[in-house]
Amino acid sequence: MYVAVKGGEAAIANAHALLADRRRGDRSVPGLRLDQIVQQMGLAVDRTMGEGSLYDTELAALALVQARGDLIEAIFLVRAFRTTLPRFGYSNPVRTEAMLIERRISATFKDLPGGQMLGPTFDYTHRLLDAGILDDAVPAPVTRPAEDAAAPRVTDLLGRQGLIEPDGETDPDRPVGDLTREPLDFPLDRDLRLQALARGDEGFLLALAYSTQRGYGRNHPFVGEIRIGEVEVEFDVPELGFAVNLGRIRVTECQMVNQFKGSAKVPPQFTRGYGLVFGQAERKAMAMSLVDRALRARELGEDIVAPAQDEEFVISHSDNVQATGFVEHLKLPHYVDFQADLDLIRRMRAEHDAAALKEAAE
Amino acid sequence: MTTVAQYNFAYLDEQTKRMIRRAILKAVAVPGYQVPFSSREMPMPYGWGTGGVQVTASIIGPSDVLKVIDQGADDTTNAVSIRAFFAKVAQVETTTRTAEATIIQTRHRIPEKPLGKGQILVYQVPIPEPLRYLEPRETETRKMHALEEYGLMHVKLYEDIARHGRIATTFAYPVKVEGRYVMDPSPTPKFDNPKMHMSAALQLFGAGREHRIYAVPPHTEVASLDFEDHPFTIQHFPEPCALCGAREVYLDEVILDDHGGHMFVCSDTDHCEDRRGAGHVGPLGVAQEAAE
Repeated sequence: MYVAVKGGEAAIANAHALLADRRRGDRSVPGLRLDQIVQQMGLAVDRTMGEGSLYDTELAALALVQARGDLIEAIFLVRAFRTTLPRFGYSNPVRTEAMLIERRISATFKDLPGGQMLGPTFDYTHRLLDAGILDDAVPAPVTRPAEDAAAPRVTDLLGRQGLIEPDGETDPDRPVGDLTREPLDFPLDRDLRLQALARGDEGFLLALAYSTQRGYGRNHPFVGEIRIGEVEVEFDVPELGFAVNLGRIRVTECQMVNQFKGSAKVPPQFTRGYGLVFGQAERKAMAMSLVDRALRARELGEDIVAPAQDEEFVISHSDNVQATGFVEHLKLPHYVDFQADLDLIRRMRAEHDAAALKEAAE
Repeated sequence: MTTVAQYNFAYLDEQTKRMIRRAILKAVAVPGYQVPFSSREMPMPYGWGTGGVQVTASIIGPSDVLKVIDQGADDTTNAVSIRAFFAKVAQVETTTRTAEATIIQTRHRIPEKPLGKGQILVYQVPIPEPLRYLEPRETETRKMHALEEYGLMHVKLYEDIARHGRIATTFAYPVKVEGRYVMDPSPTPKFDNPKMHMSAALQLFGAGREHRIYAVPPHTEVASLDFEDHPFTIQHFPEPCALCGAREVYLDEVILDDHGGHMFVCSDTDHCEDRRGAGHVGPLGVAQEAAE
């Protein structure tokens, strides 16, 4: 006689044990240390921090090891931890113009104050697998003397001539939008939209950004500037009456400059798309700035004709933790609903067959 | 290394619980209306019941007795996992018996045994918007609810009848609550819809990923949408439960072999066990004493 499957509890415990075993792999191979991950898998750590919205390299490294290298799973672990942390307040806007720059490039000017700096980029490497990096021969540490020359943001240089729209103005008393504390309500203000994009899935934003370049909401972009480096985070302590420096974080900022012929609302000028992401995450910052610009269609009075310009579509589907949860929940049991549909299909087929028989008889 | 602090009772911090309770109160005050709430990231994935878990976490107290079911069963893996979660973070008593539970969290079923006063049924909801598959935009569907503009839904049901001779929705069958809001009952089979009507229990619905909470207070009218000439009907199974012989309950089909052999058993495992305990035996069942 069939005995209904029991013992979900034991099955779960066994699955967890097996997962722990597979995660560790061959015990004769040394286990990963978090400092190894932080130092040698830095870009994976950065992506985990960025989409996990929590700047902590060690926690991100732990999440990566625990997730067996599955980035979205690692991001999920970080998010689930972050959500339990108390909120003390919101920092002041970071001043990226005062960044300690490691990489800074502009595609719009051959040279500019502060210079172009390639920094640690893959850009001009030949993608040839190099087993040589596995040798113990350690490259000599590379450092660069600190630059004294100021490196103003390209958009500020252009802005002085009135050729590009200025930074948006916000009322300093306006509360900071926080999508992790308030439900989203479309249409969004740009602060919330940028927040959602900064947490959004790199792959999804990359594909959308690519679609704008291929004509689905084209907006003629130029990389005004990409800069990667460390910025200071300051926090206003009401009791003290001044801002306190909490420390430095590494960020990637991208300012995309876009041609704009003007509309009924706005005169012809260059417009901007903005990207800012934790760590070194250039692809993400660039994709973000393209999508940000595309999503400004409504504000600039452009026709909304492409997916990347559709705020509700983009923002509702950009979060990979939400997306993976809902897609993967399909593997949970659905047999009650399947039974309901099965019953309906059987009835409809029976009617269909009966009708066919009747027709044949006539 | 950052140390992980002790979690608060029932995992969520008190501020968050207060925010969710406010949303619940509003939902109870406006039956069937979807109240936006600031859904938190939970330690289980979206789609796994994060909305229901947040609602339960916000209303549960140390003296509550919790039952969790998925597909009507207490021992499906996700039900086990959620029950274990609350046993761990709230140290509450758990049960599989419907009558003993003060809070029942459910996915896809309403227990067969009628719920009583003081019981709360918490539904896990994937897509709270009954109009979503007709209109994908939240900005539009909110307007439709505000204007009580449900024509599109009736057209959809009518088209079903025109095409298939019947309304081809078998689960997540839309209901109208207290004559005002059209509401998604979550993907329960339509078999369960009548149980929502005038229930003595409080029914709370949590959709975590979609940031919505809604409610049906006790003794509230819940009408499944239909037409005068095509009244709402529920599923009827031709055979009784193979184990306990119950009729007029929802059954799961279990495949026995690869020659088309199958049997039907109660989806509500507690109800089935209860009946077998009371001596009921189905065509394939074994009397309780003999089985032990």
